[in-house]
Amino acid sequence: MKIDVHAVSKSFGSFKALDNVSLDIKSGELIALLGPSGSGKTSLLRIIAGLEWPDAGDIRFDGRDALSLSVKERDVGFVFQHYALFRHMNVFDNIAFGLRVRPRKVRKSEAEIRTRVEKLLELVQIGSLAQRYPTQLSGGQRQRVALARALAIEPKVLLLDEPFGALDAKVRKDLRRWLRDLHNELHVTSVLVTHDQEEALEVADRVVVMGRGKIEQVGTPGEVYDAPASAFVHDFIGESVALPVQVENGGVRIGAQHLNLDSQGVASGPAQLFLRPHDIGITLPSADALRGEVLAVRRFGPTHRVDLQVPVEGGTATLEAAISSGHEPRIGEVVGVVPERYRVFAAQSAH
Amino acid sequence: MSVADATFLPADARAEAKPAPAPRPVNTEPAAVRYALIGLAVAFLSLFIVLPLVTVFAQALSRGWDVYLAALHETDALHAVYLTLVAAAISLVLNVVFGLCAAWAIAKFEFPGKSVLISFIDLPFSVSPVVAGLVFVLMFGAQGLFGSWFIDNDIKIIFALPGIVLATVFVTFPFVARELIPLMQEQGTAEEEAAISLGAPGFLTFLKVTLPNIKWALLYGVLLSNARAMGEFGAVSVVSGHIRGETNTMPLHIEILYNEYQFAASFAVASLLALLALVTLVLKTVLEHRLAKDHKA
Repeated sequence: MKIDVHAVSKSFGSFKALDNVSLDIKSGELIALLGPSGSGKTSLLRIIAGLEWPDAGDIRFDGRDALSLSVKERDVGFVFQHYALFRHMNVFDNIAFGLRVRPRKVRKSEAEIRTRVEKLLELVQIGSLAQRYPTQLSGGQRQRVALARALAIEPKVLLLDEPFGALDAKVRKDLRRWLRDLHNELHVTSVLVTHDQEEALEVADRVVVMGRGKIEQVGTPGEVYDAPASAFVHDFIGESVALPVQVENGGVRIGAQHLNLDSQGVASGPAQLFLRPHDIGITLPSADALRGEVLAVRRFGPTHRVDLQVPVEGGTATLEAAISSGHEPRIGEVVGVVPERYRVFAAQSAH
Repeated sequence: MSVADATFLPADARAEAKPAPAPRPVNTEPAAVRYALIGLAVAFLSLFIVLPLVTVFAQALSRGWDVYLAALHETDALHAVYLTLVAAAISLVLNVVFGLCAAWAIAKFEFPGKSVLISFIDLPFSVSPVVAGLVFVLMFGAQGLFGSWFIDNDIKIIFALPGIVLATVFVTFPFVARELIPLMQEQGTAEEEAAISLGAPGFLTFLKVTLPNIKWALLYGVLLSNARAMGEFGAVSVVSGHIRGETNTMPLHIEILYNEYQFAASFAVASLLALLALVTLVLKTVLEHRLAKDHKA
């Protein structure tokens, strides 16, 4: 099912959780809402689910006004961050719940329900745990039960609120791959909320980066990583360093040094140059390269991390470069710093 | 010689080192202190709880089984038991309904004045029962605020069952709400949201999700409030009017008999209340065990 979010705003007291947010979610895609805490991503998810109502705006499911529908009429499966399993029911009864509470007219027979639940148990690979109670399960197993329970009602939309947030790193990695596979199998429109960029970039078809109640960028994982649309996105996704620069006549000046860099359409004036550690090259000092002094060198897996001190407007800044091992400079050496890939954004006004 | 030095000594020197004294765990006291503490607790309990309890039954049976049974079979006594049961039953139903409503409102919603509401729920615990009784007399008595209207319409509240129920509800109201609020706050609203998102209607959500999660706490609250309802003396004494065979509850009946020097009869009725206390104690222990499980889950 296609979901249109149009100009949705939501405030909690004086806090603006969502500020005029619009988003089109395509049928059958897995989209991730990614942002730091307080960015409004969970509020948006709960509004789509019908657990929360917007102050202004429109939500449409396949063109139909969803705000006039209650939660149970919306046909959404919601997976909660802390699973919210019914603690007094065993796994089987948890999954069967949504089928058993249907009005008598549309309710399936107990035998059909049993078949369906058993199929779901198999789908989420916890068939042997049917008689266990939630307290007897591990976090990963509980999340599988929560997912099976949400899928039991054959929802048109699957909404996941930080589904792996409470799990340890290893389980989280396994589960998100498994979720991706499951989505490829089921093709139900899914919205995943997460603050973990790795998770969003690995699992989602498209990523929606949110900050301070607004959508900063919507794009494929590749797009948001390689071509961040704003300083916020560049800063939030992946590792990045920012240097204060001046844009002058379509060129870039760092401190007193003019560099042969494209200003990328940013108007003259103060700006920020964003770099990723892997996109910084080190050469011999030259007129074209930024002068950098090596402060520290650290071994970091297959690469060396090099702290470089560079002169900037009114002082110095430190940036970290990732240099493949074997080519690392010595501490105290003066080198040329060459941005191989970079983004320039106009300096942010004070918030 | 310290232990650290010992490692650097030649082997034969180490062998001579004295074995360390058997260590006493840091979290236990010497035996003498332990027994003294336990003895003190037992002595105190015996003096203030076991002894009086035994006395009640001893006094009740002091003039034989016949007198004991006769005292319980007497019309006024039977009526007092009946009235106590009726008043307790009605106030229990009201307490469950209002306690659930209040706890639900406080635990699951945010609204202005919430802390004031919580303080009001605790009010009956801090008000003397006599004052509570007086409040109802002042409101519904002949000279009371609404008294004349009720008299005109021939509705008796004070010196009748409704007054007794009102007073009982007042003093027992906090038990159910107090028991439920912390548990429901701890459990949050996630399970209810899950149930609703799965298509369960509101009432079914309450019945299948909320109620099973709080049933032991609810029963616990009911048990405590029942014990208090049956034993309540002060508030009920003020509103009842002590009309024998009509508005006397068990505690009031006991007092009247006692004042009339019918000690055996008085203690016979009292033994029923004491029995209730013992039953309550057993049930309470069982429920606390279940409750601990709920909190753990």
